[in-house]
Amino acid sequence: MTEDISKSSNFTDPGVSGMVGDWASDKQTFDMPWGKLMMWIFLLSDTFIFSIFLTGYMNVRMSATEVWPNPSEVFALTIAGVHLPLLLIAIMTFVLITSSGTMAMAVNFAYRGDKRTTALLMAATALLGASFVGMQAFEWTQLIVHEGVRPWGNPMGAAQFGSIFFMITGFHGLHVSIGVLYLSIVAFKVARGDYEERGYAIVEITGLYWHFVDLVWVFIFAFFYLW
Amino acid sequence: MSSTTGQEHSIGIYLKVWILLFVLSTCSYLVDYFGAESYLRWSLILIFMFLKAGFIVAIFMHLSWERLALKYVLLLPPIAILVLIALMSIEGDYTNLSRHIFFER
Repeated sequence: MTEDISKSSNFTDPGVSGMVGDWASDKQTFDMPWGKLMMWIFLLSDTFIFSIFLTGYMNVRMSATEVWPNPSEVFALTIAGVHLPLLLIAIMTFVLITSSGTMAMAVNFAYRGDKRTTALLMAATALLGASFVGMQAFEWTQLIVHEGVRPWGNPMGAAQFGSIFFMITGFHGLHVSIGVLYLSIVAFKVARGDYEERGYAIVEITGLYWHFVDLVWVFIFAFFYLW
Repeated sequence: MSSTTGQEHSIGIYLKVWILLFVLSTCSYLVDYFGAESYLRWSLILIFMFLKAGFIVAIFMHLSWERLALKYVLLLPPIAILVLIALMSIEGDYTNLSRHIFFER
């Protein structure tokens, strides 16, 4: 980013002087639809919620004196006699990333005014999200029924494992479920042509939420399943 | 709607980032598959995690095309989280130590 002091009052300046201009000039600071800014602010607050959950998890795991159950073993699947660690979690990760890809494309097509492709891509995103929730339900069932994990204890080691697992993945799963609902509603309204006159910023806003859900999963995958 | 939110770039960039995220996820899965241990494991996990998070935020969420004012609003507050993590890890260590002292006397 090059900065030219002589043009410091230029609102299009991408650098620091442009930022000062954005804040100091007699105009709206953030030049974007209010809904988009509010979504960003909401996601910032949600970042703090998930960070606090993960920090709590770190604290509990560090202070536990019992052995922490090995996630690689707990979440392993045996398919056709082959023992595969974390297989389901890896598939869930790929599904969520793919849904993020289709969502990003939906936003692009929305701004081109192609409502049919947009609605289809959003529906695909919602479908992938729903399959993620389905796989999570399967994972929870495995853990509760077959491995005997409870929020207050489990046969593998530190009792805190269960409560942390159910709280963090449950809260994330809730986000995915709400996202599926949100996507379905917006996709339906896009297909109906509700935004032809108002513009398609709503698709981008929905996309921000959905990418955030994917973003949170990246951190859960790294800290809970892999660490 | 204002033109600043328009996204004129081609679909290609999303496909590239998507493939990249796939590769990075596979890499982080392989860290577990091959059973890397200790500092090698932790640093690889963190590297792949931050790369993935960075691409999602920068490209998919379009943050790299936003104004600097918004970038700072979103990227500065999480510094407080780093402080919390530092404090809580000190506290966690202390709790662990006191439990060992208490239970293993």
